[in-house]
Amino acid sequence: MLLSRVLEEKLGSLYRAGGRIVGGVYLGKGQEAFSAALGIQLRKGRDIYGPLIRDQAGRIAFGESLLDAVRTYLGAVTGPMRGRDGNIHRGRPKEGLMAMISHLGSLVSVVAGGLFARRLAGTLHDSVGATSIGDGGTSTGAFHEGLNMAAVEKLPLVISVANNQYAYSTPNCRQYACVDLVDRAKGYGVQGVAVDATDLGQCLEAFDAAVKRARNGEGPQMVVGHLLRLSGHGEHDDASYIPETARKGPSSVDCLPAAERRIIDEGWMNENELKDLFTEARGKVDQAVAKVSKEATPDPFKEKWQALSSEELAEGHHEA
Amino acid sequence: MSITYLEAIREAQYEALRNNPSVFLYGQDIGSFGGAFKATKNLNKEFPGRVFDSPISEDAMVGMAVGAAVEGARPIVEMQFADFSSVGFNQIVNQAATLYWRTSTPCPITIRMPSGGTAGSGPFHSQSMEAIYAHYPGLVIVTPATVEDAYWMLLDSIAINDPVIYCEHKFLYYHLKADEIGTRTLPIGKARIARPGRHATIVTYSAMVHEALRAAEELQLDGYSIEVVDLRSVKPMDTDTILASVARTGRLLAVGEAFPWGGVTAEIIARVASEGFHLLDAPPMRLNSKDTPIPYHPNLWKAHRPTIATIAAALRRLLRY
Ligand SMILES: Cc1ncc(C[n+]2csc(CCOP(=O)(O)OP(=O)(O)O)c2C)c(N)n1
Ligand SMILES: [Mg+2]
Repeated sequence: MLLSRVLEEKLGSLYRAGGRIVGGVYLGKGQEAFSAALGIQLRKGRDIYGPLIRDQAGRIAFGESLLDAVRTYLGAVTGPMRGRDGNIHRGRPKEGLMAMISHLGSLVSVVAGGLFARRLAGTLHDSVGATSIGDGGTSTGAFHEGLNMAAVEKLPLVISVANNQYAYSTPNCRQYACVDLVDRAKGYGVQGVAVDATDLGQCLEAFDAAVKRARNGEGPQMVVGHLLRLSGHGEHDDASYIPETARKGPSSVDCLPAAERRIIDEGWMNENELKDLFTEARGKVDQAVAKVSKEATPDPFKEKWQALSSEELAEGHHEA
Repeated sequence: MSITYLEAIREAQYEALRNNPSVFLYGQDIGSFGGAFKATKNLNKEFPGRVFDSPISEDAMVGMAVGAAVEGARPIVEMQFADFSSVGFNQIVNQAATLYWRTSTPCPITIRMPSGGTAGSGPFHSQSMEAIYAHYPGLVIVTPATVEDAYWMLLDSIAINDPVIYCEHKFLYYHLKADEIGTRTLPIGKARIARPGRHATIVTYSAMVHEALRAAEELQLDGYSIEVVDLRSVKPMDTDTILASVARTGRLLAVGEAFPWGGVTAEIIARVASEGFHLLDAPPMRLNSKDTPIPYHPNLWKAHRPTIATIAAALRRLLRY
């Protein structure tokens, strides 16, 4: 959570400074508890994870390296996407970390497909798949088709729905007409729970239980988290369309200081120990950014302009 | 006072809403937010109850426009990016495009598609979809390259009694400016001679018109005069204007930003080869993007699409033949 926040603050300031980050920066501010609570339930190498736009915290919890994140944002050739794709559009599918495309909802069926193949091959064992979506993404046909299919196939899929009340500028009232998105779970025949996603404790308990149920063969699980997007849609957006009432509403609590307070109140750590954690996180992030800043950006003359893995089927240049 | 390509698109929608009560706008974030690119800025205030924020449901957005058109409405659907129209593909090519042919019921919908590449936008926010849609019978596909055309062709698109795919190039949104919208431009279906010339013809459309014009200027320094034809609409394609230009110059280079397999440039070459072979003094050439998805990093993106330099190099080869 903390590392994610520190990293994203750095990415935001690099974006505002201009220079190496080209294109957008999309932050998960306020969604770290909900995202990380799913990520830490997953076992890298055994489970499949398809994070989305605001899942930096979940990615770190799952085990994605800081370098993968920074290299993709800075377009370094050394990164997993080699400058071909950027920012949040990154992953290592062979390691169970799916690389999202922009088209919302598209990963639900893809993660389901991975689980389906494992079951066919007899290698599913107790592995699960998990993917995320926002309130807006639940309006896609892809989300509906994917979740329905996963339910029909009774796959161990955990879907986390971060209801941050906005899809870009569009409020919930223009996105869906049910009372709570968790009501949808029943319609798909999947188990659903809703949590206050600003409360780390609730998030941890909900995902712990949901992932366990999926591992036990109880079929797809939906966890809906209620919160507020505490950043713009991207760093280009000041989110001035979010009214004061929402900004001060119960879902506007920032999960990170709330978690810190709880940690101190419970006596799990004192303030100095927490400060040390922050300092350590800043060190890690600064180190990663310093390293990647020196790394090469892609060279069009060295680039292999080929989209097929079957070299023998690749056509030559079509250029004049 | 000057007006940008993007503002012209807004103004055309304003005019359409003002003049025709059956026009309404449907798309993601287009209401009070004014759209991801601000192409509908303030329209919801100026025309209350006629500009709607849609859920993220491209298939249903197009389907609802078709249903509304049957009832006499003239909906304009905004895709947030052309790339996301793939999610509404079924409704566009199977529902909208076949309706009139199957039922004699016209389908006057306009689908606005923010198209084409800009630096750092990557594989899913940069696509040019015109050829895909042009392949299907029953659709009109327009690709304005100037501020004036952005305005007049959008008004014409809305007036046409068929589904129109309006491909607006994001690269032109802010930096392409005109002093005024000007008088009505050519009708949809007519190409425009953007620059007259004698030694070779470039046929192109959308943002590539401007790259082609700059390449033509570069060759002017070498003493060559290059004609540039702006197609304006890729379907219908104005074959007569293309052939007449090739008749004058004897040499053809077709330039497009889209992927190289098939597509608009291939269609241009096929038409000239079969109907104007005798006019050619050299094999016709084409220049497109590379055959990979559109890369994110600017270093790669710039090399992926045709540029002034690659167009000029292609022209030199064409002229040397
Ligand atoms: C199919 C599709 N249509 C449109 C978009 C453009 N788009 C990107 S993010 C976004 C809003 C997403 O909102 P939500 O799902 O609530 O996620 P949040 O950004 O709030 O985390 C939109 C409309 C897209 N990515 N995919
Ligand atoms: Mg949202």
